[in-house]
Amino acid sequence: MSLGILSPAFDYRTQCEPVRARFDKLKGRPVALSVEGLGKVFRNPEGRETVALQGIDLVTHRREFLCVVGPSGCGKSTFVRILAGLETLSSGVVRVEGRPVSGPGADRGMVFQGYTLFPWLTVLRNVAFGLEEQGEPRRAAEREARQWLALIGLEAFAESYPHQLSGGMKQRVAIARALATRPRILLMDEPFSALDTQSRARMQAYLIEIWRKIDITIVFITHDLDEAVHLADRILVLSAHPGRVAELIEVPVPRPRSHDQMLGPEFRATRARLDALIHPPKEESEDEPVTPSLVTRMAPAGDEVE
Amino acid sequence: MTVEIRQDRVSASPPPCGEGFGVGVVPPGERAGRPATPTSGSSPQGGGETRAKRRSWVGVAKPLSPRRRVALTLLSFLLPVLVWSAFSYLPFLWHPLVEVSDPGDVAWMQPGMRLPKAAFAEEVAAAEAAKTAPPAGKPANPVYLPAPHEVAVAFWTSLTAQPTQRDAIRLPQSLWHSITIIFWGFALSSLVGVPLGILCGAQPTLARLTEPVIEFVRYMPAPAFGALMVAILGIYDGPKIAIIVIGTFFQQVLVIANTTRRVEPLLIEAALTLGARNLRLIRRVIVPAILPQLYRDQRILLGWAWTYLIVAELIGTSSGITFFITQQARYQHFENVYAAILIIGLVGSATDLALAWLGRRLFPYDRAEA
Repeated sequence: MSLGILSPAFDYRTQCEPVRARFDKLKGRPVALSVEGLGKVFRNPEGRETVALQGIDLVTHRREFLCVVGPSGCGKSTFVRILAGLETLSSGVVRVEGRPVSGPGADRGMVFQGYTLFPWLTVLRNVAFGLEEQGEPRRAAEREARQWLALIGLEAFAESYPHQLSGGMKQRVAIARALATRPRILLMDEPFSALDTQSRARMQAYLIEIWRKIDITIVFITHDLDEAVHLADRILVLSAHPGRVAELIEVPVPRPRSHDQMLGPEFRATRARLDALIHPPKEESEDEPVTPSLVTRMAPAGDEVE
Repeated sequence: MTVEIRQDRVSASPPPCGEGFGVGVVPPGERAGRPATPTSGSSPQGGGETRAKRRSWVGVAKPLSPRRRVALTLLSFLLPVLVWSAFSYLPFLWHPLVEVSDPGDVAWMQPGMRLPKAAFAEEVAAAEAAKTAPPAGKPANPVYLPAPHEVAVAFWTSLTAQPTQRDAIRLPQSLWHSITIIFWGFALSSLVGVPLGILCGAQPTLARLTEPVIEFVRYMPAPAFGALMVAILGIYDGPKIAIIVIGTFFQQVLVIANTTRRVEPLLIEAALTLGARNLRLIRRVIVPAILPQLYRDQRILLGWAWTYLIVAELIGTSSGITFFITQQARYQHFENVYAAILIIGLVGSATDLALAWLGRRLFPYDRAEA
């Protein structure tokens, strides 16, 4: 898809009245997460330094849904891991509701790309894990966990073990587990990328449903640009080598969102802008067309498949 | 195959409207004259056809059917027994000695004596020349290779019969003594080795502080500490337990530390984001995560403990099953020696099978082969 195909009339920065009102309201809310001058330098054993992230500034407000996209290797996973406190930062500061972050903490929940449910615990006890770690007695934690399972519609699986669940169900439980400790921010690192297209669409719907019901700010990493436009209020686009903020896009697609909007002008314009940022038209080396002359013909003549 | 396809094409299909890429229509001469060989056609299918006929015996292993498994398991025991039986019961196989049944007039021979075939033949020839009664005998194996039935009888009697002499060592008591030595040795080793291994696996600083020296000591053979242990702990069970501890402990720390290091890091990170820290993290996440593998490690280490047993029991006063074995070997009761060795094997395998069964019950969520 390129910009030329689209009607040039629609600019992704154009916001219809409800969308603009929504953004105004959102920006009026208190700041949930602020990142100032965040940088990350990796040093390999030979002492060579790689700059993964450089000078990232970001402010998100309470109950915002922020997606982070970028070309592969731009450090979006590193970024979210720093927010989670699983990785140290080299420079800058991350604040959650004004308090600087050092190390993992209960104010930030995390859902990982892989399945991270504890296989030796039942679904219920997985969800109760964080509550127990916060010092709640087991009974109370399980009672509360049951309510979270009800929220994600998996009460029936409370006593099942994770290996008995489908991939989508596992990630739903992982979301419930991360939310159970009542974090301020939910960090999600490509949580649906292991799922097939259908379950992914369902999971997106579940996530939006949960987000609407709960006071939570979501930072969602994805490499799926449609997913980003479909879910996000704003999209943080990172550029690679080093990872920097390319643009912070306010998605003009009105809410509530549906998959039908994918054909609408707002969606397509935003998507086109993301494409332009992430796949600059100059670098064509990777999507080079396959030239037929390279392959020696080995099938008999007349046995054509096309 | 290739030829048939081309004939079909030539006879049935209409002439091509556009020319193909490079390989044109096959000339009729080639079609009629040459048989289809893998190299004649330009299609790789010809080669694939002949290759498909060769079955590969090696590939991604698929589980065998239950009946086949049982049959093969039985066969794996039966085959060595069959070989052993053949060597024991078929006189033309090996049998390098002659067992004297009647010494005749040869003064130095006694019934039951085994001597080389050549020596026996010499005596027979000498007796015939001297017109004295020749000795009689039948082909026999050396005394250290008793026949299966002799071992079976020895196995049964050593377990059930009352001792003929009052001070004779009986197999069940010896075995029980050995088992208690193993138990205490392994328990003491695990008491320190398992927690230390887990801590080393979970904490790199601690690992670097302890593992190099453990790695160093591991290369010292445990029996080398025998004399030292006797000097420190006396001559009875103390040094034997100590040898088992020395033989097991150092391996145990390293093996379990390695197992702990292989915990899925995402599980630990997930637990960290949920607020688990330090000892609680170890107790609630790391230990449960490695428990199935730790259990398997312990099963393997227990097997090693058994191999140290024999040496351990020779230290100080000989005791346990080793004393039984050495004593019986001294009396040349090799069938009892085999019976005792078999019993060690049986006890070891039975423990292992029981532990494997228990493991499957304990860790229903662990789907790796137990």
